[in-house]
Amino acid sequence: MNIALADNQALADFSRVLALSAMAVYALAFVAHIAEWVFGSRSKVARTAAALSPKKQSPYSKSVEEIRAAENGGGTAVLEKPKVVSRATVGGRPDLPDGPGAAGGDAQGDTFGRIAIALTGLAFAIHLAAVVTRAVSVTRAPWANMYEFSLTFSMVVVGAYLALLIAKKNVRWVGLILVTTVLLDLGLASTVLYTESDQLPPALDSAWLWIHVSLAIVCGALFYLGAVGTVLYLFRDGYEAKLERGGKPGAFSTSVLERLPSAATLDKFAYRVNAAVFPFWTFTIIAGAIWAEDAWGRYWGWDAKEVWSFITWVAYAGYLHARATVGWKGRRAAMLAIIAFLCFLFNYYGVNLFVNSLHSYSGV
Amino acid sequence: MSETETRTSERTDGDTDESAAQAQLGTAPVEEPPSGPAIGLIGWLRWFWRQLTSMRVALLLLLLLSLASVPGSLIPQRDASANRVAQFMKDNPTLGGIYDRLQLFEVYSSVWFSAIYLLLFVSLIGCIVPRTWQFVGQLRARPPKAPARLGRMPAYTTWRTDAAPKDVLADANKLLRGRRFRVSGGEGSVAAEKGYLREAGNLVFHLALIVMLIAFATGQLWRVEGGKLVVKGDSFTNVLPSYDDIKSGSLFDYGDLDSFGFTLDDFHSAFEPTGPQRGTPREFSAKVTYWEGADGPQKKASIEVNRPLTIGDSKVFLLGHGYAPVVTVRDGQGDIAFRGPVPFLPQDANITSQGVVKVTDYRDAKGEKDQLAFVGIFTPTFGLDEVRGPHSTFPDLNYPALFLSAYRGDLGMETGLPQNVYQLNDKAMEPFTTKDGDILRESLRPGETMKLPGGAGTLKFERVERWATFQISKKPATDWALVGSIAAVVGLAGSLFLQRRRVWVRARTDEDGRTVVEMAALGRSESAKLPEELGALAEQLRTTAPVAEPCHADDDAPAGSGETGPKRGDSSDTHEGAEK
Ligand code: HEM
Repeated sequence: MNIALADNQALADFSRVLALSAMAVYALAFVAHIAEWVFGSRSKVARTAAALSPKKQSPYSKSVEEIRAAENGGGTAVLEKPKVVSRATVGGRPDLPDGPGAAGGDAQGDTFGRIAIALTGLAFAIHLAAVVTRAVSVTRAPWANMYEFSLTFSMVVVGAYLALLIAKKNVRWVGLILVTTVLLDLGLASTVLYTESDQLPPALDSAWLWIHVSLAIVCGALFYLGAVGTVLYLFRDGYEAKLERGGKPGAFSTSVLERLPSAATLDKFAYRVNAAVFPFWTFTIIAGAIWAEDAWGRYWGWDAKEVWSFITWVAYAGYLHARATVGWKGRRAAMLAIIAFLCFLFNYYGVNLFVNSLHSYSGV
Repeated sequence: MSETETRTSERTDGDTDESAAQAQLGTAPVEEPPSGPAIGLIGWLRWFWRQLTSMRVALLLLLLLSLASVPGSLIPQRDASANRVAQFMKDNPTLGGIYDRLQLFEVYSSVWFSAIYLLLFVSLIGCIVPRTWQFVGQLRARPPKAPARLGRMPAYTTWRTDAAPKDVLADANKLLRGRRFRVSGGEGSVAAEKGYLREAGNLVFHLALIVMLIAFATGQLWRVEGGKLVVKGDSFTNVLPSYDDIKSGSLFDYGDLDSFGFTLDDFHSAFEPTGPQRGTPREFSAKVTYWEGADGPQKKASIEVNRPLTIGDSKVFLLGHGYAPVVTVRDGQGDIAFRGPVPFLPQDANITSQGVVKVTDYRDAKGEKDQLAFVGIFTPTFGLDEVRGPHSTFPDLNYPALFLSAYRGDLGMETGLPQNVYQLNDKAMEPFTTKDGDILRESLRPGETMKLPGGAGTLKFERVERWATFQISKKPATDWALVGSIAAVVGLAGSLFLQRRRVWVRARTDEDGRTVVEMAALGRSESAKLPEELGALAEQLRTTAPVAEPCHADDDAPAGSGETGPKRGDSSDTHEGAEK
């Protein structure tokens, strides 16, 4: 028994070393991303402004005319694939081209960007190993206290990002922000939140721990990606609106925002992520309720954690509705999505650290 | 929610047929702008009802409900921790008074909280019932015929072919049916619709919300939940007087407690022996024998944390545990005045426990009636330091010890006032003292005996017994809450991931005698998949209605193609057909 314990301790220490190594590699990826942005700033492609040029004063009516023209003429005889005309609907602005990405079409910038992604992949592998060794050292799921939760959480975020990249989704723009937050998260986890390797108190020993908490982590990770999309959407939307009004955004914001995807693309990304996660978040809460029924004899008791899960759920439901409601599309809906994510964050950090709750498992 | 409105407000002229194309593509009511109520009571009532059952107000109520739940997560709640509420009241009497009047200590059963969810409930029902009927009607109806100008639909494609219009339409019909669209033919066109499951899913979701709300309310009103401390070897019978404490929903009748009982046969615990988490509990289990009814067959079971025992509709949860020193008290006459286990209540994680041995049936050395109390501390693993005095250093029974001081006098049991069995009301009690005049205190190991001065009696610490506390609760409609919530997730997934959409195909002969094929698609909401799907359908249709060679390449170049085609943006708004 004691020998096994010593082994586990060594493994837990090893896991910690792995987590620190992953941080080092993430830091390198961070530097590479910065280089990508810096080199990318050399190119000056003002595509957005061009697309909004005065010739297209009234973008919407223009597109209607074009569709009419398409309708009257008909026929895309020369093309092999059917060409489908779809109508621009988002925000009343014409569909704007997506920015070229952080590298801005600069070859050197692109190289740095690729290096950054490769480093992120490597860091992810080490990060994964840290999570797995931690799990083995405690012989259970590695998310019973805030250290483990944070460690696993950021791993899942990076994993989701890499998976989207592999699926050839346009998400490279998340890179820098993602690596930055992962560094912050891991930094916080391995200092303030660090908890010695340990087995579970009986209250946390349940199959629902696996289901409920792993789902919560995955939902949180994806909600995070959605929230980044939403925040960038707000910036980019402001930029586009300013250009449309004929304003002149500053050089820095032009340089940065010009390289991001268009507001419509960012908004769509955020919506898809949030809409896809929402049913899983709902199920996470249900799984928690089933567990609470087993552990405490009531499936819902308005415990602080339960209250804030409910609030988060309502906020996301509100967002999904707002997106489909006339006066609420766009910026206002985006604000709701951000509030929803802040609720999620508060539920995790705030309730664990500041509120007296049955769920206070922070171990800090 | 009001896609219809979006579209119509964007359009300028001649869009009646487009509205028709949108018609009944969903059961969402058209959101009316908030206008003032009509005159008269009926008009006003109708206005109120329409507002209440609108999605906008429902969401507002939901938002309100979530806001209303915030204070309960920050202010202590009576239901969960009455002690902390009392402490709060003591620390902040003024604020506490205000909170109390606003029902902020019982947010979740307060009038205002209940009002919000009752309104929400009415709103949901008022909304969902008409929508369900509407949906049933739509299931029977056919998709509406193609609008005059297909080019105005969100996704559109067209080409010319040499195949005859009739054949193209027949092929389209077959193709769409093959893809499980509901198809209806028309004059020179085909209309098709798919994705009814979205609506069904949405309705299921909202109906499930109603089921959950009912289940939740039922559970609140008819719930009953009580606690009982049981010493090993003792039994519990599920009737009101057996409980140490009990509370219930406002409609529960204590006569309806399920009839059962159980005996605590044994209790196991294990604690982390070493390391930084030394003393952290690892395992608890209570072995019980239980029976249903007055004297049903006896069955064995084990109750653990996270693994309650279900008897009928009731559940028995293991909540806590502790130690009960077993003592024998002999009075001044040498008779046994008290014998048995006395549960001591844990004060810390290592189960340093406090308790009182109360002896009511006692005679002193002279044979006079009196009462005795022994007050003190029990430690399962004895430790001593300057600051804390005697305390326990580990939760297991490694070196048990009992520290007692003794009192005599009136225990005050006859006053009829409820008494805390774990505390001594020492107002009318007088401590025994040593010869030096100090209060008599003794530490005992199992088997040792404490002698009271002047032949007043003895207390023998025989051994230690275990006890466990159980929560017995019954909450009706829990199953319904589960069923409702699972249905809600399934319905939600359906309503979020499925698209309800319409596709039209029109084929007509143009001036050159060629066949112009037009295809258009319309969905409930904008989606990138719609153009993709249309492209895939068009590609399929082109296998039987192939694109014809352009006849006069110059003057007849179709305006919608190639270089003169749509230039609004680039790749993002012209979707190539889905790759095969
Ligand atoms: C407890 C309150 C409610 C909640 C949590 C809720 C939640 C939802 C959710 C999550 C959706 C899917 C959103 C989407 O499709 O993007 C939805 C759609 C919808 N809800 Fe509600 N809802 C509630 C009350 C109501 C009420 C009272 C009405 C009646 C007016 C209503 C009518 C609708 C309609 C018409 C849709 C859209 C259906 C569609 O897109 O095809 N809901 N609701």
